[in-house]
Amino acid sequence: MNLTDAQIERYSRHIILPEVGGKGQARLLAGRVLIVGAGGLGSPAALYLAAAGVGTIGLIDADTVDLTNLQRQIIHATPDLGRPKVDSAADKMRAINPDVRVITRRERLTAANAQAVLKDYDFVIDGTDNFPSKFLVADACHFAHKPYSHAGILRFDGQTITVVPGETACYRCIFQAPPPAGAVPSCSQAGVLGVLAGVMGTLQATEAVKFLLGQGELLTNRLLVYNALKTTFRNVPLKRNPSCPLCGATPTITELKDETPATCDLK
Amino acid sequence: MKLTINGETKDLPDGLAIPALLEHQKVKMPDMVSVEVNGEILERKQFETTILKDGDRVEFLYFMGGGAGL
Repeated sequence: MNLTDAQIERYSRHIILPEVGGKGQARLLAGRVLIVGAGGLGSPAALYLAAAGVGTIGLIDADTVDLTNLQRQIIHATPDLGRPKVDSAADKMRAINPDVRVITRRERLTAANAQAVLKDYDFVIDGTDNFPSKFLVADACHFAHKPYSHAGILRFDGQTITVVPGETACYRCIFQAPPPAGAVPSCSQAGVLGVLAGVMGTLQATEAVKFLLGQGELLTNRLLVYNALKTTFRNVPLKRNPSCPLCGATPTITELKDETPATCDLK
Repeated sequence: MKLTINGETKDLPDGLAIPALLEHQKVKMPDMVSVEVNGEILERKQFETTILKDGDRVEFLYFMGGGAGL
């Protein structure tokens, strides 16, 4: 892929990095990343990936923009209230960078559509907020052999891990099954510091960029745990769990199924 | 005994199993926690039978949502 003069100028701060260069920028432009959820985590990820010139960015989300979203979901603005999140997000991404092809799906990710949704992408960012969806993303990426970045946020804490299915510890190696219904508070019940979504979503975007470039070491086999109150980042080493129901020696999950939604409020 | 819990060294009574440790550390929602001991994730059915010993490194890993409702 030959870069145009305008692209060389736009991406000059990338191209000057020896680890990126013109070749790396061309890899980003040829890269395809799916973002599941255009909310708190997906917002910064979508903005940075668009700015970085990731050539194809998919967005899947069924929701519309709500006033309570705007405290942290920075891709949406006050005039977007009531609009589909995927449309609001796509507008901002196209405005930042017309090089980027934004593909939107205004629907939920389900066991039925996951394979079709994932198949055209190189890397997946899990920006969902509820456990059935997080397990579905993890399982779908496993069966589709797609590397993905998981993240979660609650109150003042965030955590993230990158998974290369079949090679590194997966989400189910840590959490075998969704917690019992009602055991886990959601953002709306427990609250979340808005900037946490920015920190964690930006880390997820960084992983996608590194994956596309083939540079550095991915956040695999360790869970990065961030506490905003203490400003601490901890790496918790993990390894693949032989009794993992998804990627262990004798898996019990052998096909994609929707997890029963927990009864807690998932918005 | 001394345990390292989520990176912090703590003094604890000897012979605790995981449920007693969760209670001692006032983990409010034990259903939300996965437990790793010395780098190995425990299955829930191993909680009762895993007796901690001096020097063990324990990680409580919490379920966290966040992001977009789908």
